[in-house]
Amino acid sequence: MVFADSDAAPGADTIPRALKILVAGGFGAGKTTLVGSVSEISPLRTEEVMTEAGLGVDDLSGVEQKTTTTVALDFGRITIDPDLVLYLFGTPGQERFWFMWDELAQGTLGSVVLADTRRLDACFPAVDFFERRDIPFVVAVNRFDGSEDYADDEVREALDIGADVPVVQADARSRDSGKKVLLTLIRHVITRRSLARTGGARTASSPSMG
Amino acid sequence: MRDRGTGGDAPLWDNGAGPLVRPYTMTGGRTRSEGARLDMISVVIASGREADRSSLQPEHASILGLCHSPVSVAEVAAHMDIPMAVVKVLLGDLVDRGFVLARAPLPQAQVPETNILQAVLDGIRRL
Repeated sequence: MVFADSDAAPGADTIPRALKILVAGGFGAGKTTLVGSVSEISPLRTEEVMTEAGLGVDDLSGVEQKTTTTVALDFGRITIDPDLVLYLFGTPGQERFWFMWDELAQGTLGSVVLADTRRLDACFPAVDFFERRDIPFVVAVNRFDGSEDYADDEVREALDIGADVPVVQADARSRDSGKKVLLTLIRHVITRRSLARTGGARTASSPSMG
Repeated sequence: MRDRGTGGDAPLWDNGAGPLVRPYTMTGGRTRSEGARLDMISVVIASGREADRSSLQPEHASILGLCHSPVSVAEVAAHMDIPMAVVKVLLGDLVDRGFVLARAPLPQAQVPETNILQAVLDGIRRL
């Protein structure tokens, strides 16, 4: 798909270009908190009306087979430099619907899967989604008060993710912690890209770089 | 069900049908722009071009007012409190008529450029 770009117009090259990172995870895992802790603006919310065609239903009742839902996205912004701005989108709590949102995944630099150790299974759909689309991701374990500690390897095993996927312990409320999560993701993206260039990406179990 | 006051912000809600607003009335029923295609993170800015604004709808004018500095389509939608798909059509009108300049997101194929990813790393570290 080609999107409009008025590059030819005078002045357009002074407009920054945007990149995006998704923050996914189960409902209540702290996605908006993480977005807010690193964003230079208070998280904004935008809503989209989505229509889902009925599945496996007899085609007798026409329009009634479509269901409509509103999906909300919370997002923040980090200005990298005058030419580059990074947007962080927290995926909506209604996981069932954001997977339909192709545009959300399209062009994503990488993703953070925020895991709540009390409900690790809540991030299975996100892990599955990014693996299928070959979108690089890291798992950030949001430490809630009173939750059990899990070693990185235990989380990796529970989520059935490869040794090459970074797992980081995080506190979504802390800017320093949020920065660490994002830096881990970008380094992971760089590693994957360089492996892809050298033909190493196909052998998925290559040791991760520091 | 609540009544919608003239100045009310909250749309009526129907559990079966969803929001009882007709956002596409703002676009004359168009669900996508005929010209410019915008991504949710396309960045837009007012061109500063002086032109006849008499053909603009109030929503066009409000959007134009948000574009004095570079903003993404998603930010415009959030500030306008209307769905992104509607904002894309209205912004597309403004791009087509030269009121707004748009810059497409960085194509993924260009992102591997190490200098861009390094710039992102540096930018995050500076936070």
